[in-house]
Amino acid sequence: MSTTAAGELGSAPQLLPPAGRPPAAGRRRPSPPVLLAGAVLVGLLLLLPLAFLILEAVQYGFSALRPLLFRSLTATLLWNTVSLTVVVTALCAVIGTVAAWFVERTELPGRRFWAVLVVVPVGIPDFVTSFGWKSIFPSLGGFGGATLVMTLAVYPLVYLPVAASLRNADPAQEEVARSLGLGRLRAFLRVTLPQIRVALLGGCLLVGLVMLAEYGAFEILGFRTFTTEIYTEFLSGFNAPAACALSLVLVVLSLFLLTGEGLARGRGRPSRTGALAARIPRPYRLGRSRLPVLAGFLALVGLALGVPVGAIVYWILHGGSSTLPSASIVSAAAHTVFYGIGAGLLATLAALPVAILSVRYPGRVSLILERSNYLVLAMPGLVIALALTYFTERYAAGFLYQSSTMLIVAYAIMFFPLALVAVRTSVAQAPASLEEVGRSLGRSRLEVLWRLTVPLAAPGLAAAFSLVFLEAVTELTATLVLIPTGAHTLATQFWSFQTNISYGQAAPYAGLMILIAAVPSYVLGRWFDRLPSRAIVSG
Amino acid sequence: MAQGTDRRRTRLVSRSCCYGLALALLGCLLASCGGSSSSSNTITLYNGQHEQTTDALVARFEKLTGITVKVRSDDEEVFASQINAEGSNSPADVLFTENSPPLEYLQEKGRLAPVARSTLARTPARYNSPTGHWVGVSSRVSVLVYNTALIPNSQLPTSIMQLADPKWKGKLALAPGETDFQPIVTSVARSYGDAAALRWLQGLKANAGSSHTYPDNETLVDQVNRGQVAIGIINQYYWYRERAQVGQSGVHSAIAHLAARDPGYVIDVSGAAVLKSSDHQAAGQKLLAFLVSAQGQQIIADTDSFEYPIASGVSTAEPETPLDKLQPNPINIAALGDGATAVALLQKAQLL
Repeated sequence: MSTTAAGELGSAPQLLPPAGRPPAAGRRRPSPPVLLAGAVLVGLLLLLPLAFLILEAVQYGFSALRPLLFRSLTATLLWNTVSLTVVVTALCAVIGTVAAWFVERTELPGRRFWAVLVVVPVGIPDFVTSFGWKSIFPSLGGFGGATLVMTLAVYPLVYLPVAASLRNADPAQEEVARSLGLGRLRAFLRVTLPQIRVALLGGCLLVGLVMLAEYGAFEILGFRTFTTEIYTEFLSGFNAPAACALSLVLVVLSLFLLTGEGLARGRGRPSRTGALAARIPRPYRLGRSRLPVLAGFLALVGLALGVPVGAIVYWILHGGSSTLPSASIVSAAAHTVFYGIGAGLLATLAALPVAILSVRYPGRVSLILERSNYLVLAMPGLVIALALTYFTERYAAGFLYQSSTMLIVAYAIMFFPLALVAVRTSVAQAPASLEEVGRSLGRSRLEVLWRLTVPLAAPGLAAAFSLVFLEAVTELTATLVLIPTGAHTLATQFWSFQTNISYGQAAPYAGLMILIAAVPSYVLGRWFDRLPSRAIVSG
Repeated sequence: MAQGTDRRRTRLVSRSCCYGLALALLGCLLASCGGSSSSSNTITLYNGQHEQTTDALVARFEKLTGITVKVRSDDEEVFASQINAEGSNSPADVLFTENSPPLEYLQEKGRLAPVARSTLARTPARYNSPTGHWVGVSSRVSVLVYNTALIPNSQLPTSIMQLADPKWKGKLALAPGETDFQPIVTSVARSYGDAAALRWLQGLKANAGSSHTYPDNETLVDQVNRGQVAIGIINQYYWYRERAQVGQSGVHSAIAHLAARDPGYVIDVSGAAVLKSSDHQAAGQKLLAFLVSAQGQQIIADTDSFEYPIASGVSTAEPETPLDKLQPNPINIAALGDGATAVALLQKAQLL
């Protein structure tokens, strides 16, 4: 920590505004037009599904919608959806934060190993997790079953941003608090928690939005929510307009979530004390609590990973008559990976201007541009696919329709919010002062962006890519509509066997999906140990 | 000292990002170029039918005619919405469905082209589109499925109406979201009126409860076979597929027909149509003609779809009750329509 460039910069704080905060607070700088144009373009693309929903709902008419909307079933479904979302989000917040803290801040034996295993469940499709549980416990279902399965399937969405945030947060504050006599728990609650608050809230927001749009898992568990009802409308009445109108209710629910998260997030931003002087925190010793903590991790991973994987292995071994079409599984895997990589890159790239704009140039415009993008996560995949179908066929003569490009764009739209949360978090933590220095040395904005901001935010970009990749690998309903004719993904093949109760034939596809998902999770876990950003600031 | 490596690392990161992006974009371009070729000898089939059967049919057709068929499989109801959203640019040439309502729906929307008369003549007229816009290809019949350990044969209901009786509470399995269930609802409504049909549905809902309401018939049959629930209503082929799946030793269930002409005793027709927007009308019509030819029908009889072939006089060894021995409620295709009546009733009963 002695004579690095960062150390010298940090020792001249009077020249530099505090990190992570827009310099010259109070005076608002105009947003660079390139960034603004990029963000607006992304925003418009993401509003397409919403435009489609409104078009269809208007066409259906309120008088036709009223009997569908105002009946006791709606109340039941709303209650199911809302209560489940609240409970699962709360559980994920606790599990994700606790797990992240132990992995990042303690001398947990096998840290790296756990850091990977804890993330992998996010790559297991929710419908595979519920399939695993259901095939072992056929009577599982209802609120309890849905809570259990969904919590285990989505808690990594909290874990990932919180872990990234803990890594980047300045440990000095916590150490000061500890040295002033605060206990571990109180130091965590009063110092660390505020530091990771933005990441935690972002993660919770993702969980909430994902819960609103979840379909496959609830279908298997027989738990009815607003989204399963929307699919039922689609699938049994050719009633796309009615389904779209019902989807608008989901949009309203997600607006509540967004507003709530926005209010809770407030104006606070994470910052470091001594500008750039973050260090590797000294990990806490676990001492006697080592065994119980290890047992906790074992239980979490066992339930979230062991059960679905165990079920898959069981069905591969005992699946009955299954003639496995080996050629198709290889091609399905190749397609899956290709689409996933494309979607991950595209979404991450698209998230950059939006994130930078919202962090570095805060204002009403950038706020609206950022927040409106989250709405898309609560919309059922089928709606987004049909919206793209509608617009390309009606206004672009079917250009790229059912091509891999279109599918990748659809994935990028659907999972854009995941990329945005991850990118935003890490851009917020990258010190703005370094960019100012870059600018003062005569570099252009774009050059600074590319040479400084992007590498500084690299862990967040990697996390964004991985999250989108993982979700894209498991997507089903939009895939079926937009995939090039003749191509298959692992998810579509799994689903077509699973719905035929051909568990033995479905299982290898699920197994391969998990293996593929494990790769980015592993890379993600390992890469965190060698962050360029931390290397730069700590030397 | 660490500075140099840091800088190198930073550069490495941005450079590899660069290459990755370039590669991905190139890949996208290449892939989309490859995907959009469509020659006059290639048609696209939107397939809502059993995939293996369709694959077998298509393979034979390609061999016979030299026409390449690109197959997309999805839920037939999604296809109906999708074709509607695609409008006049739809890439689909032919749609093949498990049930008549999606075809009737698209016919009402004016999306289907008339089928060649010679093709329609292969199938008994009662199984074809009343307006000649699609041809019936195969059929299924609704039956009771029951767990043989839980219900003795002698206590089986003879009418679908009896299943609403409270004595079946906790024993009845229901998959109200299945398209196959709608013809039964329509049939009951036509026999007894909408009000009685609604009361009947409410009875079924109460008997099945939330624990025995299933998303699809495959799950329903499986749950009955495992003894999780006693009895349900399905189309016969689901049970045969379950039997093929679990093997004879794993079968703990059986199917039974309802009394002759009972409103729950309904024949469902699977059909195919050429889209009006298709640029390959002739090739599409050829595929339709093949589906109802003796060769096509024999493939349906031989594969494990367990549906009844209905055209060109082909019959099947399984299901055991031959098609001409069935005594269904004589409700016709036009009366089944696009299923709107059934859907409205199911929504009123809050089953949808």
